[in-house]
Amino acid sequence: MLLGRVQIPQSVRRGEAFEVRVLVQHPMETGFRRDMNGRAIPLNVLDHVSCKYGGREVFSAKLGSGIAANPYVAFYVTADTSGPLIVEWSDDKGEKGSFTATVSVAG
Amino acid sequence: MQASAAAIAGGALGANAQGLGLAAPQDLTPYIREITGGRKPEERDVEIDIPQIAENGNSIPAKFRVKSPMTAEDHVTAIHILCERNPRVQAATFHLGPQSGRAEISTRIRLAGTQNVTVVAVLSGNRYLIGATPVLVTAAACLDETAG
Repeated sequence: MLLGRVQIPQSVRRGEAFEVRVLVQHPMETGFRRDMNGRAIPLNVLDHVSCKYGGREVFSAKLGSGIAANPYVAFYVTADTSGPLIVEWSDDKGEKGSFTATVSVAG
Repeated sequence: MQASAAAIAGGALGANAQGLGLAAPQDLTPYIREITGGRKPEERDVEIDIPQIAENGNSIPAKFRVKSPMTAEDHVTAIHILCERNPRVQAATFHLGPQSGRAEISTRIRLAGTQNVTVVAVLSGNRYLIGATPVLVTAAACLDETAG
């Protein structure tokens, strides 16, 4: 289970693009570092982030070791209907995590 | 004993320096061709908001913006981030659509030394945009050999 947080505005207007901010706890190990004994630390990166809203995928990202540890990704989604906004992420070892935020559309 | 230990350590460091690919920046042409399928991207409408000087390369806040109306007919479908001197050039790919409303992504990237950060945007209708900006990195990421 990979922990993370998703932040969206408390309330949004219909048709307005709002920012979704995602922060996941992950070392984003590059595979180029060595430990105290000189052994290579294997590659381990959070490589997939996706966002579902209103029953369809509205955003996805493929990340690599060029993204800083504890990856932060912010993107925009257009407000359509009130309901859940589900952000899911997974790393190259198959570890997964998700967060569900609730979009409340005013007007 | 001491001498051999030093030699092993030296060897390990040497191998690492090679593996890190800190030498010359890589030619981005094959990476761009893979994205565009051979078409030439236009140099316009891509904004990269990133510090000109970064104290270290471990975590650099960056904002990538593409000027686009983001309608069903005309929108950005993907934004690719390429870092020419990183050991892995392809840092990230973001997939958007008309429902994004705004073609803007913020994230924090790693840079292995002073280099150009290049953004290739894929628009609907097989059109491509490109933009690049130089970043001066005073201490590169991934030079710290020991973890923790």
